[in-house]
Amino acid sequence: MDEEEGPAKSLEGVKHIILILSGKGGVGKSSITTQTALSLCKLGYRVGVLDIDLTGPSLPRMFGIENSSIYQGSEGWIPVKVETNGIGSLYVMSLGFLIGDRGDSVIWRGPKKTAMIKQFMNDVSWGEVDYLLIDTPPGTSDEHISIAEQLRWSEPDGAIVVTTPQGVAAADVKKELNFCKKVALRVLGVVENMSGFICPHCSECTSIFSSGGGKILADEFSVPYLGNIPIDPTFVEMIENQANAKETLVEAYSKSELYPLYKEIMKNILDRNLPSRI
Amino acid sequence: MTTEVTSLVKEQILPSEYELKEPEPEHCPGPESEMAGKADACDGCANKEICESLPKGPDPDIPLITENLSGIKHKILVLSGKGGVGKSTFTSMLSWALSADEDLQVGAMDLDICGPSLPHMLGCVDEVIHESNFGWSPVYVADNLATMSIQFMLPEDDSAIIWRGSKKNALIKKFLKDVDWDELDYLIIDTPPGTSDEHISVNKFMNESGIDGALVVTTPQEVALLDVRKEIDFCRKAGINILGLVENMSGFVCPGCKHESQIFKPTTGGGEALCKELGINFLGSVPLDPRIGKCCDSGQSFLDEYPDSPASLAVLNVVEALRDAVNDV
Repeated sequence: MDEEEGPAKSLEGVKHIILILSGKGGVGKSSITTQTALSLCKLGYRVGVLDIDLTGPSLPRMFGIENSSIYQGSEGWIPVKVETNGIGSLYVMSLGFLIGDRGDSVIWRGPKKTAMIKQFMNDVSWGEVDYLLIDTPPGTSDEHISIAEQLRWSEPDGAIVVTTPQGVAAADVKKELNFCKKVALRVLGVVENMSGFICPHCSECTSIFSSGGGKILADEFSVPYLGNIPIDPTFVEMIENQANAKETLVEAYSKSELYPLYKEIMKNILDRNLPSRI
Repeated sequence: MTTEVTSLVKEQILPSEYELKEPEPEHCPGPESEMAGKADACDGCANKEICESLPKGPDPDIPLITENLSGIKHKILVLSGKGGVGKSTFTSMLSWALSADEDLQVGAMDLDICGPSLPHMLGCVDEVIHESNFGWSPVYVADNLATMSIQFMLPEDDSAIIWRGSKKNALIKKFLKDVDWDELDYLIIDTPPGTSDEHISVNKFMNESGIDGALVVTTPQEVALLDVRKEIDFCRKAGINILGLVENMSGFVCPGCKHESQIFKPTTGGGEALCKELGINFLGSVPLDPRIGKCCDSGQSFLDEYPDSPASLAVLNVVEALRDAVNDV
């Protein structure tokens, strides 16, 4: 299925591509994707986000755009714009926009998922964006093989690999790191999410899923460790209440306690000055 | 004589059911249908020859699967559209809880091919599978608790299984057809997140032998419930009975000050409200307890280690409700 060599036409105006991966589900890939996007916006970049979790798309909900639809333009599918009030710009593409009811399931076997991802890579008109973030489902299967094939000629910056501190999660994430090795995808670094919970009543930090696993994992595979992000229930609240909020998500996030932590993580990646694809 | 079956995976000789040359076209009748290779959409499709050559009619392996599973009284799927909500944790606790009754024979099967967790949680990650005249022998964690997972076949603990769906389907078929489960009271089947190959296949392969139903696991926040709705929609479309829903990680009691916090806030009412809305049996909620994760990492039974904890009691209540739901009292 690689008759055309060279990067997809739709990526012509995309400067950097970053994947968000994890072998394990529910570790916060979509949360990290959201935070990466919001942080980059806050820094003034133009950001596109592609959701290739086809059977469980979360990004429309995360960005508060569940009721949006995709339109066909002359250059291809037009991604959904997220209001940022002039702070950077943000566009999202997800299968969530294409299914009728939000509770409908997408019951697809591999070949159909592969076809959808191919279409996402070729038919979305991203225009000029600085960063294209790709959120993935858990595992090392159809979606991952397909996206790796599709990106073969596109020189992505690499992948942010998300883990949580438990040993069981690390075991799956190791498989994902081995996947990256096998398909020669650079690992930008490991982020440990849900690392500790600060009790709002007494400020004691409890390691609900223990801690430190991310660092050990990064050292074992000789990839950079980007840092840890604690569990912050106010982040979920911010996502859930954005419809009634007076400010945009980017503004709300930049005032949250997570932003300074995440900004450091992004700084670590941005300071490497990876060359633009175009 | 028994042989180790690690090599199956090491050499990757396990054949795919079939491999398509390109994605199915829009109006594809389905490679396994009677019309495969003959429908209008097949003209010009690169898969046409592959589809035409596939055996037609009912899958000859299904009667063999039905025969192999005929000694199993109750078959329960553990499902969730969302990852990391505790499917494997709950599968392991359910297995420990049932096998605490010495009169029950319990099996736990791990269908998460790319991210197998059950062997870690049951504390048997270093075991290997052996093959005998009766098929593949599962790993015995206790006299009355057997388990099967791809993890036992990996050349190294952290090898990545980079398989497309068709290959995963072939392994699932082998698990159902060739594993020597013998007589079981319960077979608990742990699944990966999503509504894709693994889910479609296990339902198709077990159609004749019959699945009692599905236990759906969720966490309280809406982003998880959204995916769980999709899984419930899948069950309804696929004709899988839903035994009930359990809400995991609901509420956390700070060990410092004993105040309870909602870590994954149920902004839309959580699992219970979803059950009411969709007419599903709500089996209960299990609070977040950091010791559960620790026990899973070390492969111990949380229920044995901390029998009086609120989480243990909550789990046991759910297990009772589940046994009621499959009419086993």
